[in-house]
This record gives sequence, C-alpha cells and structure tokens, in this order.
Amino acid sequence: MKEFSYFPGCSLHGTSREFDESIRGVLDLLDIKIHELDDWSCCGATSAHCIDEKLAVELPARNLAIAERSNRDLLVPCASCYSRFKAAEVEVKEHSRKVSFPYKGDVAIRFALDYLSEPAILEQVKKRSVKPLSGLKAVCYYGCLPVRPPKLTGVKDYENPQHMDRLIRSLGAEPLQWSYKTDCCGASLMVTRIDLFKKLIGKILSRAKETGADCIVVGCSMCQMNLDTRQEDVEKDLGGIDLPILYYTELMGLAMGHKDIKKWFRRHFKDPVQMLSARGLM
Amino acid sequence: MDVRDQAIKTSTSLLSEVVQKSGERIQNCFQCQKCSAGCPLNFAMDILPNQIFRHVQYGHREKVLSSKTIWLCASCHTCSARCPNNIDILKVMDTLRSMSLQSGVASGEKDISMFHQFFLGLIKLTGRTWEPGFGLYKMKTGGLFGMMGWSLKLFLRGKIGIIPTFNGGKELRRLFNEPGKGEVK
Repeated sequence: MKEFSYFPGCSLHGTSREFDESIRGVLDLLDIKIHELDDWSCCGATSAHCIDEKLAVELPARNLAIAERSNRDLLVPCASCYSRFKAAEVEVKEHSRKVSFPYKGDVAIRFALDYLSEPAILEQVKKRSVKPLSGLKAVCYYGCLPVRPPKLTGVKDYENPQHMDRLIRSLGAEPLQWSYKTDCCGASLMVTRIDLFKKLIGKILSRAKETGADCIVVGCSMCQMNLDTRQEDVEKDLGGIDLPILYYTELMGLAMGHKDIKKWFRRHFKDPVQMLSARGLM
Repeated sequence: MDVRDQAIKTSTSLLSEVVQKSGERIQNCFQCQKCSAGCPLNFAMDILPNQIFRHVQYGHREKVLSSKTIWLCASCHTCSARCPNNIDILKVMDTLRSMSLQSGVASGEKDISMFHQFFLGLIKLTGRTWEPGFGLYKMKTGGLFGMMGWSLKLFLRGKIGIIPTFNGGKELRRLFNEPGKGEVK
C-alpha cells in the first residue's frame, strides 16, 4: 500500500473542506494511505512572499522539517501551499539558504493533481469506476499555481496544460477546449478589490458558459472558492451563469461511486446535484 | 563576474538595490512588453510592468514604490513564465512591495498592502488562517456589511470555523519575533 505524508493547508480545513473530504475519499478507494502532519502551520501563502522574504521561506520550511521526520513523500492538494513549498525547497537545496528549522530539502513534494493524473492512477481509477461520467461536458480550469512558475511545477505545457483534461476524459466525461485554462481568478483581490476581482471571474465564467460546458473542474482551492462562492456577484451583471465548480477529486469520487458524494456537494454554493441528475449521473 | 555586474554591485542606485535584493537581472530587460501584454491586471495598473522596470533603471524611487501596480499584481506568475530574458518579474514585484513598506511612502493601494500585513499578523497569532479574523480587516477597510451574507452562507456550509485553532506554538512565535523577521506593523 502506498503511503504519503499529507499537508492539507488552511483552506482545506476551512473554505474548501469538500476538497479535503473528497481527496481523502478518493485516496481511500485507491488504497493510498495518508498521514496528516502533526501541528502543521500556514505556508505563508501569497502574503508572505509579497512582503516578507524571510517568512516566505521560513513558514514553509517549518512544515517541510516536520515532513522530513518521516521518509514518506509529502502530498499537497492546495496549489498555494505546493508553490510555497517548492519555492522553499529551491532556496534551501539550490541556493543553500540557512533556515531556522532542521529542513535539508530531502522530502519529495508531490502536488495532488499531478500525482492523481498520472497514467498508473488513471488506470486504477478506470478499474474501480462504477459510473462512467458519459454525457458530462466540462472545461478544466487550472488557474495559476498548479502550472506556474514552470521551473517550480515542472509542467511543460503550462500555457495549455492537458493533465486534468486527460483525467476528466478517463472518467468518461468530455473535456472541452477553451482559451482560459490558465487565466488568473484574482486570488485575494476577492477581499481587497472586489471591483477588479469581478472583472476577472466574470470573464472566466462567461467564457466557460459560452463553450457549452456543464461545469468547471478545478484543482486549486482558491479558484474554487472564488468561482463558486462569488458567482452570484457577477450574475447580477452578466445574467445567469449557473455553473457548478467541481474539484477533480469530486468527479473521481462520483465515477468510483463514493458514498459521501452528496455531503461534499452540499458544501457548494452552486449545487451540482440538479445538473448531474439531469444527465443521469446521480 | 563581468564588468556590468561589478558596476551594479558597487552602485548605490535604485537599480542596484533592487537587483541585489531580488537577485534578478533587471538590467537585461529590453522592453519587449510581453509582461504587460499578458498581465491580467494591466487594465487597472497606473504603470505597466515593463514601465516599472524602466523606472527602476532610471532610479525613480518614489514613483515605483508608491505605484498601484506593485500591489495590484496578483502573483499569477504569467509575466515571469513568459519573460524572454528569464527575469522573475514577480520576484521583483515582491522586492518592491517590501521596499515600499519599509520606505514609509504612502501605499498606492492601501487596502491591499494592509491585507498582506493583516494576514501575516493573523498567522502570528493563530498559526493558521482563521477566516473570521478577516472580518476585522473588513471593519478597518470598510465593506464588512457586504461580506456578512456571504460569510453566513459559508458558515452554514461548514466552511468557516468560529473558534480558531492554535498551532506552531513557540517555534512560530519565535520566528515572527526574531529581529528582521516577520515584522508586522
């Protein structure tokens, strides 16, 4: 049985709880065991690297030092945490930066979307799949940090990534081509400059709607929160969008018939149940 | 080290300071404007990213450090990924943001610069993000009322915890309290 250390990050314990629940559910069905890090703390997110260069490395390093105590790889679902961890890894390993914690740069940091879209995993998911998602049209929205900066993520096709599309296709759904896969959702401008933020998500949501997609599939907790929980704000200007924003792990869980699927969906603002029922998938 | 690097290192110019703090070779920018063309926030900026680089080269300190641009940058990495001179433009923006706070010039986007300081203050206090804490930020900057309905919906869906958890303990506190580390005003 494959085992990982697991860093959920603040979002997965809060605003993206269904991401945490669905990834745990999916890993369980795939016989992959995870061990949440003890007493983990915030990675510092965007704010640390924006204004405090030292904290931007020290905050991730504290968690990476905890992870290094075991010899397991570290699985990270949140794109922001992943990005900060990789940045700290480069600082310590390649630039020989000294940090306040016993972190040497030896723990392998795996982004959950990258790992779960590997061919071997997709093969396993296919085997365990009880309900192919045929008839479901989706656009994959990668956002920023799951693919950029490419020197940290290692994603080669970062302008037009394909791995989430492949994952969705292997579940039986149809990934649609569109031009906004890696546009920015505005991140924390949702709190600080809602006027600008609405322009950014308005563009992404209306273009997704124009492609004829039934839903947007995401791999980043910030993107999901922004596109789902603030969708209503832009609907006042743009008219009905009504697009469920689903984590790729929720669709994996749906295809594999996970028992808690309804519980995950109840946490959404744009309820996916009606759309999925109309396509005979629930 | 070639002559140009040597000159940058010994100079006291803004360019030299930003190059040394960011570790990025700003002098290599040849103004192709790819960064500005692909920037998702370019429509709201007062100075485009490529222009920021030129101003840094010219030593226009206050113009750069008081700009809206350095705070409106959403850290999406699009510019850095596309720069033909391999300059990590976001890294330069980070350096300019820190320098702006330290210099004491008025922030071009006060609500945004305050948000980042507030966020780190919250981490210092609890060790993890605690969503209700942002209510205090909204009280300070205005717009708390507008966030109430949304926050209630999050709460009803189990997405906001009212009681914070405290993590990281002394280790984390020490990190924030060390001189020069995590100074939150």
